[in-house]
Amino acid sequence: MSDKPPSILPPGTRFDPSLAARMMTRHGHGGWLGIRYQDHGEDWVELALPWREDLVGIDGKGVLASGPIISLMDNATSMSVWTKSGNFVPHATLDLRVDYMRAATPGQTVIGRGECYKLTRTISFIRGIAHDGDPADPVAHVIGTFMATHGPYL
Amino acid sequence: MSALTLPPYAQALGIEIDHDEAGEPVLRVDYSNRVAGRPGFLHGGAMSGLMEMAGFAALQAELDRRGETMRLKPVNIQVEFMRGGTEQLTFAKGTVTRAGRRVALVNAEAWQDDRAKPIALAQIKVLLIPAE
Repeated sequence: MSDKPPSILPPGTRFDPSLAARMMTRHGHGGWLGIRYQDHGEDWVELALPWREDLVGIDGKGVLASGPIISLMDNATSMSVWTKSGNFVPHATLDLRVDYMRAATPGQTVIGRGECYKLTRTISFIRGIAHDGDPADPVAHVIGTFMATHGPYL
Repeated sequence: MSALTLPPYAQALGIEIDHDEAGEPVLRVDYSNRVAGRPGFLHGGAMSGLMEMAGFAALQAELDRRGETMRLKPVNIQVEFMRGGTEQLTFAKGTVTRAGRRVALVNAEAWQDDRAKPIALAQIKVLLIPAE
């Protein structure tokens, strides 16, 4: 590993989740789910997952499956790491734990807010919540770690 | 959900039942843009979704054997990603570790071309609610 984090960003610029999300949510799994950018701060990113009938899970009553919520939180927390580090550092999810507080309300868009609460050279520690309108009444809580795979975060 | 019907999310993602292994269904998903993550790799969320479906399917099969009709409500899931999933067919199977009257613990694993080298493991806790 090199001492300097590799960067594909123009010199002097920081990772901007609002720009990056436009690309990252257009293709692949995130694009298929319909995930889009919502908001961000210094160390957090919010993404939105609109409700869709073909994303319904085992409950069968219009409740979103838990899989799309994991994907939403994986993406939001992953982007929160790059936002905190300011750099687009390739990384991989090591682990993710999701606690489901309650079923998401059928028809409601689910908001995933991911936060990177600690960044070390190689490991980033993340947490987050998913809610469907009221952040004080979350659908799910998540916690997990990522590992930088091609050079350090810091 | 019965052991042989997958919910809309699983069907839309392209998850299918591959075969039955000693009463536990093995699920599969073909590689496509729908499950793609970073370039060249399977998305961790899609992998998790597949394992969760395999876990529910194994639990449903066990409940069917017991003749119990329950509604399954996921409590939590812990996923360990061990290898990057590449652009190929992915399989997953759940194993019921403990299914009591009110809660069940199910392990699931996902693998690709080499079953001895799983790409991810999951531990899923499910609340069992008697259906009216």
